[in-house]
Amino acid sequence: MNFWNDPLKVAADWLTGILVGWGMNDVFAHVLVVFVGIFVLILILMVIDILLVWIERKVVARFQDRIGPNRLGPFGLIQPFADIIKLLIKEDTTPDGADKVVYNLAPMLSMMSVLILWAVVPLAPVMLGVDLNTGLLFVIAAGSIGTLSIIMAGWSSNNKFSTIGAFRQVAMMISFEVPMLAVMLIPTIFAGSMGMNAIIQSQDIWFFWLSPLAALIFLIAAIAELGRSPFDLSEGESELVAGFNVEYSGMKFGMFYAGELLHAFTFGGFWGILFFGGYRFFGLEQVSPIFGILIILTKALIGYWVIMWVKYTMMRIRIDQMLAFNWKFLTPVAFALVMVTALMNALLRGADSWLYITGMFLSNVIVGWVSLEIVRSIGKKEREKVEGLKPIAEAHH
Amino acid sequence: MTAEQIIFLIVGAVTLISGLMVVTVRNLIHAALWLVATLFGVAILYTLLNASFLAVVQVVVYIGAIAILFIFAVMLTRRQSAETGASVNTNWWMGALMAVLTFAGLAYLLQSWSGFSKQASAIPSGFDAINQLGDALTSPAGFVLPFEVASVLLLAALVGAVYLAFTKK
Repeated sequence: MNFWNDPLKVAADWLTGILVGWGMNDVFAHVLVVFVGIFVLILILMVIDILLVWIERKVVARFQDRIGPNRLGPFGLIQPFADIIKLLIKEDTTPDGADKVVYNLAPMLSMMSVLILWAVVPLAPVMLGVDLNTGLLFVIAAGSIGTLSIIMAGWSSNNKFSTIGAFRQVAMMISFEVPMLAVMLIPTIFAGSMGMNAIIQSQDIWFFWLSPLAALIFLIAAIAELGRSPFDLSEGESELVAGFNVEYSGMKFGMFYAGELLHAFTFGGFWGILFFGGYRFFGLEQVSPIFGILIILTKALIGYWVIMWVKYTMMRIRIDQMLAFNWKFLTPVAFALVMVTALMNALLRGADSWLYITGMFLSNVIVGWVSLEIVRSIGKKEREKVEGLKPIAEAHH
Repeated sequence: MTAEQIIFLIVGAVTLISGLMVVTVRNLIHAALWLVATLFGVAILYTLLNASFLAVVQVVVYIGAIAILFIFAVMLTRRQSAETGASVNTNWWMGALMAVLTFAGLAYLLQSWSGFSKQASAIPSGFDAINQLGDALTSPAGFVLPFEVASVLLLAALVGAVYLAFTKK
């Protein structure tokens, strides 16, 4: 094991060696090194988070035919650091009648629910926090902590706008958890495991080709989970000012904002892990884990770019449209897809790999086509019903 | 004392204290949040027992769904979440008595079990608890019938809830 093949273990062994050399207890040194590892990971994530602010602003500017931040440093790269200084020196306000402890706890929980996700993200075959065999469920569990933080923020602010925003956001998050969990079962069926590393290892062919519909549903559910446009009705600026975080100022607002960006980046990463092979790219990850990290970060950035692309080109939908879309379309399609995939997997398990791939792909196309046809016929019926009604003014004549 | 025992004692104490806060705090939202802390403590206890699936399900179901539902219900039904004035009934001592009796009964039952004072044996490597659980829930030799009956019961509850909420057009 040299540094090139397993940098994490080499670094940990080196640090443990130094600590033990200073006369520290073996177990204590090990625990301390693990803590240092967690601290370094969070530090790297926070630095990425700062750069994400710059990326987000640059990309939205391009989508809106602007240039974006361009005054401070090359390409405006110093702008996010200036923003952070501004956020830090802003007045820290707490509204009258706010529940102080809950109010201050909410932004921390929001950030925590995102950072905790990286415990199960495999950066390279040998570089990951823990290889839980319940990795996918862990993602959903971390999401429920995020839900909790939003309802805490909305309630403790003592503001009607934030309460309504929190209601909307939480209703959306617990609704879209259902299709997301159902769709996560599809990579589980292919890989035979819920562990992230096992899912990546079994992607000799990207799961996207086996189940493109599942990848699409996962992306939609992830965008809703993030509360980004077209599902940003919880912060509908025209009705709710800013939604659940309207009373937060300075760095507390910054925590929500940075948490949202990092969350989007993380879900871009999960999209890459579940459907696009994670750290695998033509065997390059076998050369060195360092390439694995670069590959997975690139895939996460591409996923994040797709999420931004959707955000800045779609309009906000209403809450009834959101609920109807989830419960009447996305959830049934996700469940039907899981059943079809499980059935096809049982039928085709022993078959040639090309037959398996073609069968899976075609079954996805058929499920998508049938569900769209059903929706189209229902929509046609609804339109006929509306066309049959006469306007009141006309009826009076 | 091993590190595991120290963690167990800390988590147990936190869980018990938050459980006590749930029933003594006057503000209903605070009570719900303390309940979340209690449920988290239980999830950590599951993790200490190497039951990672149960731990994650505990967080998803109890914190992600049930506690959120409690908070929703409180926020939607009351203008003032803080209780003022006397409590509705004075049966708190009855509740405390029942809690103590339940604890005593459970402790008695566990004490008569042969494995009560033994050290847990180490889990062999390659043992996949989640696979074992899945097999037990779906194999005819295991618990497939109770599992299916519980599923049908939940489905019936779901249909009932939809029927109650459904308005005739």
